[in-house]
Amino acid sequence: MRIVAQLSNSRKKKFLILAFRFILSLLACSFLVIFIFTPLLAVFSNAFQKGVSFYLEMLKREETISALTLTLGILIIVLPLNVIFGVACAWYVTKYQFRGKRFLVALLDLPFTLSPVVAGTMLVLLYSVNGVLGWVVESLGMKIIFAFPGLVIATLFVTFPFIARELIPVMEEQGSEMEEAGRMLGASGRHIFFRITLPNIKWGLFYGVVLCVARCVGEFGAVSVVSGHIRGKTITLPLEIEILYNEYNLVGAFCLATVLCGTGLLSLILRKWIESSEKVSKRRYFFGD
Amino acid sequence: MKISWSGKSKTRGFRLPGFGISMGITWLYISIILLLPSAGLFLKASEVSFDEFWKAVFSLRALKSYQISFSLSLLSALVNTIMGFIVAWVLVRYRVPFSGLFDALIDLPFALPTAVAGVSLTWLYGPNGWIGRHLESIGIKVVHTPLGIIIALIFVSFPFAVRTVIPVLKEMDLEVEECARCLGARRWQIFLKIIFPTVFPALLTGFTLSFARALGEYGSVIFISGNQPFKTEIAPLLVAIKLEEYEYTACASIAVFLMTVSLLILIFLNILESFSKGER
Repeated sequence: MRIVAQLSNSRKKKFLILAFRFILSLLACSFLVIFIFTPLLAVFSNAFQKGVSFYLEMLKREETISALTLTLGILIIVLPLNVIFGVACAWYVTKYQFRGKRFLVALLDLPFTLSPVVAGTMLVLLYSVNGVLGWVVESLGMKIIFAFPGLVIATLFVTFPFIARELIPVMEEQGSEMEEAGRMLGASGRHIFFRITLPNIKWGLFYGVVLCVARCVGEFGAVSVVSGHIRGKTITLPLEIEILYNEYNLVGAFCLATVLCGTGLLSLILRKWIESSEKVSKRRYFFGD
Repeated sequence: MKISWSGKSKTRGFRLPGFGISMGITWLYISIILLLPSAGLFLKASEVSFDEFWKAVFSLRALKSYQISFSLSLLSALVNTIMGFIVAWVLVRYRVPFSGLFDALIDLPFALPTAVAGVSLTWLYGPNGWIGRHLESIGIKVVHTPLGIIIALIFVSFPFAVRTVIPVLKEMDLEVEECARCLGARRWQIFLKIIFPTVFPALLTGFTLSFARALGEYGSVIFISGNQPFKTEIAPLLVAIKLEEYEYTACASIAVFLMTVSLLILIFLNILESFSKGER
């Protein structure tokens, strides 16, 4: 009798553990689906609510085209600058020892903890007509705030650490033995970088670029403060979405949102792909050794 | 990030080429993009007399907006830390169907621009949305209430809470738990005495990161909050409003206050990191 009781007791316990696991898994998955996934689903299901022809019409509107070109224009300027900074900064941080390294790396985190609105505000207070550097800007005959340069600077502020932060761990892990060996064998600096370092960090660099593009295209807070919302001139894609939303054209807003979502989703897929392909290349290297 | 901090050089007298140019580019870029605007902000705020500064930073409307921002960010960070731990635990320890898909879902808020998230959440929880429709019939109103702000904040800051915990859970030695089990520890004892202390630093980091992100969030919140002063007006929005009304002194003062808070968070994160590194 006692054995049977014990057996049923342990069975009961096993059942309880299984039930606990099941409930926990259900909780986690439903949280992910309800809080994280449904907003994405809502974008796509609403965008095509009025049919494909309305969707295409929204994308072909003059305002959409001008917003899209503005966003791409910002991207074309911001991306190369960030790539140069990212590579230089990662090289500087990982290849040399110097004082203030910690401070520098902490500075790279500042745009993540600072509100983008505050970032935009700083730029307005600096470059606007009665700003700290307003007289310089005016004497040069330029307009920064409420104009294209302001949008570029605001985007730069928000996105500059992305590539550097992606590269630093990769280069730290790689070490600098290979570069040092190359140097000993008489390679020039350019040779070392393009033949040794770049092939090693290319995936990290690529993913940094992907992240940077996604953020650059989708940036809202900082850009909205410095843009001044001038129709046809300083309206980027996210700002155009806000305008459509405020004009009660919800479906139109969702139509433009699909473009931005597409960029974001592409970055997610690329990340998964890079992660898996990196694993493959590592294993191959290991066995080939 | 794994970075060697020691100030002494490993190989004396030998340096890879490119020190000058990489240092130059790095500091020049950081000075122009980051330090110059920050200095400008503090300079602008220093033009203001102390009384004015005090009045602007601690005006009734500003105080209320801090209260809203801080309390809601704390709440959403708390929810995210708890749910983030559960999600991380389930994804690392249990076998769930489509776990790869769920893993990718975690990063979705990084990929979705904040404006898109804001519009989408507002529709979703509005009277016509999939979720809002049902909540409305029970009498719960989400859009234009603090509850809506919390939901938006949970959405944007969720990945931070999970992504910091997952690596720690993956690295944990199962043997320690098995050993404790063999020595007669109960399940709750194993959780409280082994698992929780191990992941606690990561949980704290995740909590701080997601709190910082939530505090600064603007894009997704302004759509769902309705932006009523004293009720659903968050601190970053107040900065933007003051700027639009050309009240530069008030705007600079509040911005300095928010900047100081984010600097403090940054310092706290760095202390946390060095602390957990020292422990290892």
